[in-house]
Amino acid sequence: MSQPVELPRWVDIGVLPLVNLAMALAVSAIVVAVIGLDPVQVITQLVKGAFGTRSGLSYTLYYATTFTFTGLAVAVAFHGGLFNIGGEGQALVGGLAVAAVSLAFGPSLPALLMLPLAVAAAMAGGAAWAAVPAALQAWRGSHVVITTIMFNFIASALLAWLLVNHLKAPGGMTVETVAFADSAHLPGMHELLAAIGLDWPRTPLNASLLLAGVAAVGVWALLWRLRAGYELRAVGHSAEAAHYAGIHPKRQVMLAMLISGALAGMVGINELSGVQHKLLLDFVAGAGFTGIAVSLIGRNHPLGIVLAALLFGALFQGGAELAFEVPGFSRDMVTTLQGLIVLFSGAMARVAAPALGRLVMALQPAAPAATGAAHG
Amino acid sequence: MDDTLIFLGGLLASTLRVSTPLILCALAGLLSERSGVIDLGLEGKMLLAAFAAGAVGATTGSWPLALAAALAVGVALSMLHGYACVSHTGDQVVLGMALTMIAAGLSVVLGIAWFKQGGQTPALPDAVRLAPLGLGLAEALKAVPIVGQVLGLGLAGHNVLVYLALALVPGVWWLLYRTRLGLRLRATGDNPAMVDAAGLSVLGLRYGALAMNGVLCALAGSYLVLAQNANFVPHMTAGRGYMALAAMIFGKWRPVAALWACLLFGFLDAVAIRLQGVALPAALGGGQVPVQAIQALPYVLTVVLLAGFIGHARAPAALGTPYLKER
Repeated sequence: MSQPVELPRWVDIGVLPLVNLAMALAVSAIVVAVIGLDPVQVITQLVKGAFGTRSGLSYTLYYATTFTFTGLAVAVAFHGGLFNIGGEGQALVGGLAVAAVSLAFGPSLPALLMLPLAVAAAMAGGAAWAAVPAALQAWRGSHVVITTIMFNFIASALLAWLLVNHLKAPGGMTVETVAFADSAHLPGMHELLAAIGLDWPRTPLNASLLLAGVAAVGVWALLWRLRAGYELRAVGHSAEAAHYAGIHPKRQVMLAMLISGALAGMVGINELSGVQHKLLLDFVAGAGFTGIAVSLIGRNHPLGIVLAALLFGALFQGGAELAFEVPGFSRDMVTTLQGLIVLFSGAMARVAAPALGRLVMALQPAAPAATGAAHG
Repeated sequence: MDDTLIFLGGLLASTLRVSTPLILCALAGLLSERSGVIDLGLEGKMLLAAFAAGAVGATTGSWPLALAAALAVGVALSMLHGYACVSHTGDQVVLGMALTMIAAGLSVVLGIAWFKQGGQTPALPDAVRLAPLGLGLAEALKAVPIVGQVLGLGLAGHNVLVYLALALVPGVWWLLYRTRLGLRLRATGDNPAMVDAAGLSVLGLRYGALAMNGVLCALAGSYLVLAQNANFVPHMTAGRGYMALAAMIFGKWRPVAALWACLLFGFLDAVAIRLQGVALPAALGGGQVPVQAIQALPYVLTVVLLAGFIGHARAPAALGTPYLKER
């Protein structure tokens, strides 16, 4: 029962993830029914809340932007054979770096120089926080899963300490910095669309959406079009074999984690430069962990990740609307669904494979024999 | 003088109180990892078991039922762990993440639906809460000068789970190093193929280890609800599962060393609370000790240990690799 099952490629890539997703949704529907709500009504409301209005759609895309960054971060590390659980901490430190440069240079630099600097700071901050676990994995053999978890906690302690003791706006009751200068504000989507003559409601959706698109294409090009990406995937597949082929696994571990951390750090751009315009506690809000689910559902491919990020963006936005509209529904249902998706699409991804294999065989009984003959 | 003694006794007592769930969870992780199954789901198992204890305790008003519910949930999650990772060779790290996410969401969703208090359970009646034990001992120890007062305050008056956790450390040590089952469990984590060749069931041993793991996580969760708090509060485990994991690694996958690590982390936690607002001596530059620094210390120490600066920690050789029996 635990032997690997060979499935036709289209089933493996197209059908199996959908079956896994359906199982997660089915269990969630049971939970929804247990708490006394109507699953069909919940789903309808959720879709309406996520896509029904222009403003709802904007929120969906805004969440999807953050999840694209964290999903890509998990995927790049994964292709290098590493499981980066530290997206949360890397995003925090990326945001910290954004705030540092925005507060320091915002008043004196024009937006044209300030915003690229903020992006560079976000990527550098995330990469720096990923660099230590990466180096420990590469040179000391300490497991990157454990060290990145520890670094999540250390990052959140560091941010709390800096905010409370050094960065907090004087006189304010809430733990947050003063607002960034105007030049450090990333333009909102409504402003960009107004510039080309489109009327769009004011929402948190901002220019980061375009950066996320660039990041997705960039990761695709890196992994499947560049030599560095080929080497990265080779190490992820088999570090030993890659080593014999003249690739330095240590350098690849560093590269994969630095890119991964830089992508996670970009959460700071979407959340801080794009929306909050100040540094505050908990602005990452679990996006680093959602990235794991996004990457698993998207099969670690940028296109899949963009689609999965949209799915999760819709769940977050629809879930928020539902929590507002339906008494008894809480956004934590989305966390539950997220966990179930990680369970069925990640840990139990192959559990449905044997049954699916038998089903495919039953539907096209002649085909496998024919291919067998052709090869024989 | 008396104030100092009372302070020390109180510090010892709160160290033990804070350490108890860490000890239980660290032993849970140790059993499963010694058999070769990584457990990043400690946090989730503990959280959902705590919710079960809180929900059943509040509705029935009976502590045996609350404990039974926690045990059932803990073992069920461990069996799911086994089904996905041992039977179906799923990724153990990913499964741990999944369990923790599901527990974090589900405990709040069900809590809001059933109790309508924003995810909390109602306060448990006193009959459900675990009573302090050994108060007579405290009185008896008071007669001993100096040490008696500190030990009396520190060691007596805890509830049964604190003493059980302490007793389980030698218990697990004995199981692992002095029984045939323990030998087989350790062999399963180091060389499952050999265990298989000896005619033993790798699957059976790993499921067995996971069952014990579920029981211990459930006890840790019950402790939080029945002893430490008076009810279940969303996300009340607050990273303790990961801290226990850190303690287990810190203890190099050995029960007694893990106990010391848990006590150290518990001590740091107890100190962190007392150090809030206390000024550093002028020699150290004055100012206050940042509480966050002490809170982050266990995690920093673990990273340093993992970097191999404090001696070599050897994880079970087959940790994280599913075993595929040849057919």
